[in-house]
Amino acid sequence: MAKFLIRRLLSYLVLIFLASSIAYLIAASTLDPRGHFEQMQPPPSDQAIEKELNKLNLNDETPLAERYATWATGVATADFGRTIKDQSVNENIARKAGVSLRLIVAGTLIGATLGVAMGAYAAVRQYGRFDRVTTVAAFFLLAVPAVVVAVILQVSAVWLNDVSGMRLLEYGGEYSPNLQAGFWGTLADRVQHAILPTLALSLSLFAAFSRYQRNMMLDVLGSDFVRTAMAKGLTRRAAMIKHALRTALIPTITYFTFTFGILIANATFTEKIFGWHGMGAWVVDSIATQDVNAVAAVTFFMAVCVMAASFLSDVLYAWLDPRVRVS
Amino acid sequence: MTATSGTAAEQEQTGAGPGPDRAEPAVFEVSDLEVSFPGGRGNADVTAVRGVSYEVRRGEILGIVGESGSGKSVSSLAAIGLLPDYARVSGSIRLHGEELLGLDDRTMAKKRGRAVSMVFQDPLSGLTPVYTVGDQVAEAVQVHNPQTSREAAQKRAVELLTLVGIPDAERRRRSFPHEFSGGMRQRVMIAIAIANDPDVIICDEPTTALDVTIQAQILEVLKTAQRETGAAIVMITHDLGVVAGLVDRVQVMYAGRLVETGAVDDVYYNTRMPYTMGLLGSVPRLDQDEKTPLIPIKGNPPSLTDMPPGCPFAPRCPIAVPECDAAEPPLERVGGAGHRAACIRAGEIEANAWTARDVYPVSEIERNPVSQVPRADRETVLRVDDLAKHHPLMRGALFKRRVGTVYAVDGLTFDVREGETLALVGESGCGKSSTLMEILSLDQPQQGTVEVLGKRSGRMSNRERMQVRGDVQVVFQDPMSSLDPRMRVFEIIAEPLHTHGYSKERVRSRVLELMELVGLDRSAVTRSPAEFSGGQRQRIGIARALALEPKLLVLDEPVSALDVSIQAGVINLLEELKARLGLSYLFVAHDLSVVRHIADRVAVMYLGKIVEIGDVQSIYRRPTHPYTKALLSAIPLPDPEKERRREHVVLQGDLPNPADPPSGCRFRTRCQKFAVLSEEDRSTCREREPELRHRVEGAADQAAACHYADTEASS
Repeated sequence: MAKFLIRRLLSYLVLIFLASSIAYLIAASTLDPRGHFEQMQPPPSDQAIEKELNKLNLNDETPLAERYATWATGVATADFGRTIKDQSVNENIARKAGVSLRLIVAGTLIGATLGVAMGAYAAVRQYGRFDRVTTVAAFFLLAVPAVVVAVILQVSAVWLNDVSGMRLLEYGGEYSPNLQAGFWGTLADRVQHAILPTLALSLSLFAAFSRYQRNMMLDVLGSDFVRTAMAKGLTRRAAMIKHALRTALIPTITYFTFTFGILIANATFTEKIFGWHGMGAWVVDSIATQDVNAVAAVTFFMAVCVMAASFLSDVLYAWLDPRVRVS
Repeated sequence: MTATSGTAAEQEQTGAGPGPDRAEPAVFEVSDLEVSFPGGRGNADVTAVRGVSYEVRRGEILGIVGESGSGKSVSSLAAIGLLPDYARVSGSIRLHGEELLGLDDRTMAKKRGRAVSMVFQDPLSGLTPVYTVGDQVAEAVQVHNPQTSREAAQKRAVELLTLVGIPDAERRRRSFPHEFSGGMRQRVMIAIAIANDPDVIICDEPTTALDVTIQAQILEVLKTAQRETGAAIVMITHDLGVVAGLVDRVQVMYAGRLVETGAVDDVYYNTRMPYTMGLLGSVPRLDQDEKTPLIPIKGNPPSLTDMPPGCPFAPRCPIAVPECDAAEPPLERVGGAGHRAACIRAGEIEANAWTARDVYPVSEIERNPVSQVPRADRETVLRVDDLAKHHPLMRGALFKRRVGTVYAVDGLTFDVREGETLALVGESGCGKSSTLMEILSLDQPQQGTVEVLGKRSGRMSNRERMQVRGDVQVVFQDPMSSLDPRMRVFEIIAEPLHTHGYSKERVRSRVLELMELVGLDRSAVTRSPAEFSGGQRQRIGIARALALEPKLLVLDEPVSALDVSIQAGVINLLEELKARLGLSYLFVAHDLSVVRHIADRVAVMYLGKIVEIGDVQSIYRRPTHPYTKALLSAIPLPDPEKERRREHVVLQGDLPNPADPPSGCRFRTRCQKFAVLSEEDRSTCREREPELRHRVEGAADQAAACHYADTEASS
């Protein structure tokens, strides 16, 4: 089993390398850093631009292969180069990655867990009231773009704050600036800020997972082995959880890998809308400022996230379905 | 190795024969059980069970017999509280006098698996795929004894697995269900059922999904289980053969009601209800010397949504009189103690001593003139010579490497003459279906030759191929999945005709002609397959196969998915068609009883090879290969007296892995003869592969592949 996981890990490393290399090559050949400098007010002299571009390894006169080699050598020593504003990309990553990870991890955990639990329960009570309500909710969320959902959440937060007369929910930024409230106060402030973006991200995940898990669960509910479990003496509830849900979770794990990419794209929107300075917001800004190194670095980060999710689902799969361990 | 059963000592223990003491209180009592399912959305309710009552005492075995849809499974699920919530159940189910009906799930769960346990039909899907078999047995122990430690529960699981005959249980408890064969999984299910020494074990068709040889093993295990636990067993089945030698009392169900009940001998020998007669008559029998046509019951079981007021069997009953439609006959006492039947003519049947042959009109099937011609002078329709099909076993995801070979078919030689039926018989996995597919592919085989109507496979031009395709047609096993559910019957039967370029008017008249030929109503062509029953669908499949007037019909287990009474009708139809149209059949089956009625010659296959081949008379009267004997012995007779006296040869274990067949004689690992040979004689079996040759003096058409084939003339 360990051998299998190590093999998977190695192939993921290759994939990460390929993904970020391709991203770098595309960014380096399509983005226009020279134009960025030329449009500065007051415009710097040509020599100054040339000097700056060379320093940042962004000069389009240098052959692409050479720029790539410089970039790749840097990456090999864990140096992602410098941004177009001549800041260290590494330092930016260190600051922003945590923001994105908090959002993605919390959103995934909440969305997937709720989706699986509610989908499974809806299947057990098929056509019941709970099933109908979650079905309508899930289809609504699936039909409406994530951006719109985020805006709706913001609008309702404003309404809620108005009605209650307090600032219950925050919808801009990650924390209140210059807050002096001690550890608990800061934590409460962070949570207040985190609720809406996390909710926005997890809702779409919840919608997809609850539908998928409901169908998977319906497939196994009538299975002979669930009946056998009950005939053994398990209560219906115990048989549902231990035998039906356990088996129905296996395909969902694979599904999780597929949806993770979409989740990261949604995280980008969410960060942008709620004014979080995470990796997603950064990549959007970097494209606007023709920042090749930053785009490549964010792509690298996202590739690592996707591969980490795949690796996690491999581990989960092996844990849930021990048959893969023996064969 | 051999295991025998049916000895007198065992009978006493299982309580067969005179029946247990009536004074003893019943362990499990069901009375006036009614189950209905609401139709919903304006559909009528389905009443699946209508007033069923039975009781079983300690150590007693009760058989409940009926066709699919008779309500036998629903009544057993109701008994252990596993029906869906929307089912409406009324009546009474009592365990040791305590009412079970209406108990909540938590209380009922405490009874399930401890006092009442169940063995289900399909062992392949009955075990959770992601837990080891040991864990699943241990779970049954722990759920009722939460204080049991994990180790103790595992230890008990190993004991139970050993008891039900899983070899090397200590190691195999760590296996997952998919690593076990069907028979092994059913053993695990039985181990789960007996884990807590239940008072009642309900077995719902426990052997229906299994091969005959495995069926015999499982019935033995059930007897062991009953001996160990002393439980009462309710045995539900559609096969009157299975229960004949096993049960003390029988109840026959039809359309949700009991129609005949009584001690097993009464029901089998003094049958009073025409339906029971029909069921008995439709079971293919091996104990009759003469080949007689089977007795089919015409028509289909009634729909359970709106029952006519009269006897539900009246529309199919050959001796129905107008009074039968007036009211449903009550279950009344006839003849011996406890023998009851629901038929207003039961008295007449008794008075006139009518048997199935008197009640059911049997039409003699004419014989085709071709069959009078000696075999050697008839044209050869299919010749298979040294045919082999080996599948490579591959490993690895990116770079595939060959790690072994599955010898699916390994050197088959046989031929089928005009107007003849050759039956290929063997357990699942022996290569029967692979052989059929090789023949039907019309491609160059890996090894050997296949010659269809004088033309060699793989050496034909495209035109010739198309023509041969029309001459060789196939009928598949499962009539549910072999017809496209989105096509009308007309389109299904017309499809081969269109493909072979028949004109529009010709197609139309031919389809209608075919419908009549297979005994279906002409007007039914506009319906879709879903509207037909299994037997009718198989008739549609046959009509489609006959559309192009083929000379050879390949039948892949055409009746094994059908109920017995329906099965008899399809077999008779096939025989009639053969005689009328001068067809030749290659008939594949997994058991020898069905084949007896239809085949002229039989080839018994084991692990890709023919072990015995010959004409039906010789093979059934004097089987010479130990495997043929075992197959014949495994088939239960629908005759309690004979069945109890019979000594079964029970083959040990499963079919060996076809990727790694035993050296020398492939059958030796399970051979009952090999087990009693001296060490010196055994080495021949180990080292030399026996060839197929004539072993018996005087039997011109019989050959067996065994070094020690029985050559004496005994049965």
